Amino acid sequence: MSVAEADRDIEAPGKLARLFQRSEALRQYALLSPSILLLAFALTAPLALLILYSFWAQSGLELRHELTLEQYEAVLSEPFYRDLFLRSVGISALVTLVTVALAYPMAYFVAFRVKRRKFVWLVLLSIPFWTSYLLRVFAWKVILGFNGVINSGLMSLGVISQPLEFLLYNPTAVVITLAHTYAAFAILPIYVSLEKIDRSLLEAAADLGDGPVRRFLRVTLPLSLPGVLGAAVLIFVPTTGDYVTPTLVGGADGVMIANLIQVQFGRVNNWPLGAALALASMAAVGVLAVSVIQAIRLATARIK
Amino acid sequence: MTARRSQNGRWLLVYAIAYLAFLYGPVVLLPLFSFNDSVFIAFPLSGFTTRWYREMAADRAMHAALMNTLTVGSIAALGSTILGLLAAKALTQGRVPGRSALLGATNLPLFIPEIVLGIALLLLVTTVGIPLSLVSVMIGHLLICLPFALAVLMARFEGFDASLEEASRDLGENSWMTFWRVTFPLVLPGIVASLLLTFIVSFDDFMIAFFLSGTDATLPVYIWGELRFPARLPRVLALGAAIVIVSALVIVLAEWLRRAGTEEPSRAA
Repeated sequence: MSVAEADRDIEAPGKLARLFQRSEALRQYALLSPSILLLAFALTAPLALLILYSFWAQSGLELRHELTLEQYEAVLSEPFYRDLFLRSVGISALVTLVTVALAYPMAYFVAFRVKRRKFVWLVLLSIPFWTSYLLRVFAWKVILGFNGVINSGLMSLGVISQPLEFLLYNPTAVVITLAHTYAAFAILPIYVSLEKIDRSLLEAAADLGDGPVRRFLRVTLPLSLPGVLGAAVLIFVPTTGDYVTPTLVGGADGVMIANLIQVQFGRVNNWPLGAALALASMAAVGVLAVSVIQAIRLATARIK
Repeated sequence: MTARRSQNGRWLLVYAIAYLAFLYGPVVLLPLFSFNDSVFIAFPLSGFTTRWYREMAADRAMHAALMNTLTVGSIAALGSTILGLLAAKALTQGRVPGRSALLGATNLPLFIPEIVLGIALLLLVTTVGIPLSLVSVMIGHLLICLPFALAVLMARFEGFDASLEEASRDLGENSWMTFWRVTFPLVLPGIVASLLLTFIVSFDDFMIAFFLSGTDATLPVYIWGELRFPARLPRVLALGAAIVIVSALVIVLAEWLRRAGTEEPSRAA
C-alpha cells in the first residue's frame, strides 16, 4: 500500500466534512439554507404562481389552464380599472409628499437639536408604527366620522351646529389616515441620512458666508436626499396597494386598486383577473417610482 | 446668530411636540373612549365605565381569536428568529457570494404591497393543498417577520468582536460549545429583541391573515369582523386599548434590549 493510498483511506470517510470545513462559502450557505428555503417556498413560488395565474382565465367556476393574454387586455382596456389605478397613484403620491414634508422637520429636530437622549425620541417616534395598523386606521374612522370625535367635539364646544360631512369617506380622509400610519417610514430614513452628514460641512458653509436658509438648501437638503428618496419609496409603493384604509375611511370616492383586487379574490371570484390587476399595478408603480427617483437624481446632480 | 439659532430651535421643539401630538392623538383616543359610558364614540364624555372591558373579556370568539394570534405569533417569532440568527451569523461573519441578492430577497416583502403578498400566498397554499388555517398564516408570518429578525440580529453580530469566537476555538472548544458559551450570550439581547419585535409584527398583521386564516380568525381578523357592527364598537375600543398598551410596553422593552450594550458608554461619563 503506497502512502498516497493510505492517505486516501484516512480521508475518505471525512471527505465531505473536510470540504465543509475548508470551504467558507459552503459553511455560510449551510447556515443560510433555512432562510433560502423559506424565501423560495413562501416568496418566489407564490410570486411565480401569481404570474402564472394572470395568464390563465376563469370561465364560470372553471379555471382554464391555457395561457392567454385575456386578463391583461381587460386590465388595459377597461377605463374603470385605469381610473382606479390613477386615483390610487394620485392618492399615494399626495400621501408621500405630505408624510415626507411633515416628517422632515421632525427628523431634523432629532438629528440636529436633540443632544441628549436621542434614543428616547426615536423610540417615542417608532412606538405608533409598531402598534396595530388596523386599530390606528379604525381610530381615524372614529375621529372623522359623522358622529365622530371632531364633529361631536366641535358641536359640544358650539363651534358648529351641524356635523361636517366632508371629513369622512373621501380621498382626503384616506390621505390623512395614511400620512399618519406611515409617519415612521418617513422619519427614520430621513433621520439616518441627516445624522450621517459631516457636521464640519455645515460649519464650512457657514464660514463661507451662507445664511441658515442657503446653507440648508445647498448643503443639508441635498445631502439628506438619499433618506428622503428612501422614505418616499417606502411610503409610495406600499400605500398604492393599501386595502384597509380606503375600505374603512375612503367611502365610494376613496376606493383604491386594492379594493378591486380583493373583490376578485372574494365576491367576484376571478382569480386570474385579480392576479393580473395586482401584477400590472405593481409593475406600473415600480416603473413610476424608479423613473421619478432617477429624474430627481439627475436634476440634483446638475445642481451640485 | 446664536439668538436666531436658539429661536429656530424653539420653533422646531414646538413643531416636534405638535407632531408627537398628531402621532399619538388617535392612539390615545382608544383608551379614553374605552372607559366612556356610551355606545356612541363622541363628545361630550358621558361617565366612567368598565362595562366594555367586561363585555370584551366575556366574549368567547375573542378568546379563540386571541389564542390563535398568540399561537401564530409565538411560532412565527421563534421560527423567524432562529432563521434570522443562522442567516445573520453567516452574513456578518463570512464572505458570502450573492450576499446583496439574498438581503434584497429577504427585504422584498417590506416593499411589496401586503395585499399582493396575501393573494400570492393564497395561490400557493391552495395550489400545494394546505388548508386555510393557522398553518398557512404561520407560513406568511414567517416570511414577513424574517426581515425584521435579520435586521436586528445582523446589527447585533456586527457589534461584537469575532475574535472572541476564534479565541474560544483556539482554546479547544468545538463549534457547538463555542456557539453556546460565547456567541449565544453575546447576541442574547438581540435574540430577545428579535423575538419581541417579530411577535409584534405577527400580532399586528391583518392583511396576510385576512387571506390565509380561513375560519381560524386571528385577533386583527376578528376585530375586522366586529367593525361591521356599530353597537360592538365600544368593545373593540376596549380591546384596542388593551392591545395598544401591551404592544407599546413590548416595543419599549425590545428597543431597550436592542440598544443595550451597543450604546457608547456616554452615560458613565
